[in-house]
Parts: sequence; structure tokens; C-alpha cells
Amino acid sequence: MRVRILIRPKQGILDPQGQAVEQALHALGFEGVHEVHVGRLIELDADDASRVPEMCERLLANPLIEDYEVLPGEGAAPEEARARAALPEAEARRAA
Amino acid sequence: MRFGVVRFPGSCDEVDALLACRRFGDAQLLWHKERDLADVDAVVVPGGFSYGDYLRAGAIARFSPLMESVIEFAREGGPVLGICNGFQVLCEAGLLPGALLPNRSLRFVCRQVDLVVENPDTAFTRACAEGDVLSVPVKHTTGRYHAPGIPEEQVVLRYAPGQNPNGAQDDIAGVCSAEGNVVGLMPHPEHAVDPLTGSADGARLFESVAVAPVA
Repeated sequence: MRVRILIRPKQGILDPQGQAVEQALHALGFEGVHEVHVGRLIELDADDASRVPEMCERLLANPLIEDYEVLPGEGAAPEEARARAALPEAEARRAA
Repeated sequence: MRFGVVRFPGSCDEVDALLACRRFGDAQLLWHKERDLADVDAVVVPGGFSYGDYLRAGAIARFSPLMESVIEFAREGGPVLGICNGFQVLCEAGLLPGALLPNRSLRFVCRQVDLVVENPDTAFTRACAEGDVLSVPVKHTTGRYHAPGIPEEQVVLRYAPGQNPNGAQDDIAGVCSAEGNVVGLMPHPEHAVDPLTGSADGARLFESVAVAPVA
């Protein structure tokens, strides 16, 4: 089963990376953007998805500083396909 | 006194650690794939980027075969010193409280700092007195110590006032286990063992464990 695990800095812990990204967005003129936090996404195929929380506790996240959320589902295929489809357009924009 | 210095793929300060240890005893490298600690009396987990620091600093190294033996050695009261990445590894392994977060500045810091000895009653600070100031370099990107509720007696070293290089909680630079046999710190005492490099204060940590073995 395809599983996605969302890992983010625990609430209340200073996240300078999120702050830097927020400032950059403001500098680009994206007003009204607040509370930016940067985490990471881990995707995996697991024969037994019930063991994923244990994987998170032992290795994938550090519960002292990070929260994790297991997002079960059929996988990332539709979004990936969309992202790929959008890519040429974005590259054309960059080239222009 | 025989020191063992751990070498992971990605370690980079193990040779300096080895040379620092050799000022006070014999020392040898211990390869991460081994399980045998070769009957050493103390273990140093050095700085670097073990296993590429993938996922989180120290997160994967902590499960190496050698670390399983180091954890057992520590639980039996053996003295273990973690420096920089080694500190991160010992926190991930649960031998020390807390965790290390990216520096508040998001920048790599590399500078000489003064450390105040808060607890001289550990395996690696016995040669010091409370309030002693040690001049030792720091060089890291992920050194912001975070350990809500850590007991004061487990705080071993603090950055001198105004010298906190990374935003660490309460200026904490180094901590110990409840028993005091495991010590971890972000600064690099192994780079400060010869007056030629500006300070030999770091040698006191290695001296501590060599001249006053854990009872």
C-alpha cells in the first residue's frame, strides 16, 4: 500500500526555515501569507501499513521536535501526473 | 586508558579526536559495521556527517551495528563522549535528553566560543571546576539544543553570556545523562588540545576521563 507521511516541525518550536520562506514570499509581493512552515514528505510502499506509525516513532520522525501524520491513499500518481504536465509550462516561463 | 573513536561513513573529525585521546592514553578507531568495542575504556563519537545526515542529523547512524554496542556500553556505565554530530547521534539514540535543531540563523557557524563549566561531576568534566571557562571552537549548522524541562544538573556546559552561536535553549552547549557517564556537546574540544591552535582547553575533557576514571 502506498503511504505518505507528512512530517513538520512541532508547534511552538522556532522554525527559521519557515520564516525565511515567508520573508521571501513577501519580498516577491505575495502579501497576506503567514505561518509558513517547512516540513518534508516521505512516500513509501508498505506491505503492512499498520506498521507505519512505529516506523515514524523509531526513525522517520523525532517526536520530540516533529509531528507526523500518516496519509493513506492510492498513491501520488494523479498529483504527480499533474505536476509533470505543468512542468513544461513552468520551464517555458523560466526560459522566457 | 584506552579510548575507542567511532568512525561512520561521513565522519570527519575522528582523526583529531584520536590525536586528542592519545595525549592521555591509547586510542583506536572503531568501524561502524563492527559490534566489538575492542575492550576500550571510553568511547568518543566524533563530529562529521554520519550516513550523510540523511533524514535528520544522526538519525540513521544511531542504528548502526557499532552504536548498538555503544548504547549497551553506556547503559552499563561506560563513559561516552559525543561531539557535534556525535552529540546528535547520542540524542537520537536516547542516551542523552533533547534534540538538535537548525541554527536560528540558518547559517553555518564557525568560531571560537567560551564555555562555562556548569557541572564538573561528569566523566568528562572531572578535571574542571564549576565556573571554569574553556575556549573551544564551534562549527555546525544544526546545533540549536532543545530539551524542554531538562534537569539543571544535566546541563554540563553553557556558552558564555552573549556567545550563544545557534539559539540553543538557555545557552546550553553540552549535557550529560542522569548518571553523568554520557556527555554530549556541540563545540569541538578535540580541535583545542594544543596551544598552537589558540587554546588547549578542550584537552581537559579527555584528561577528565583518563585521570579520573568512572568509579
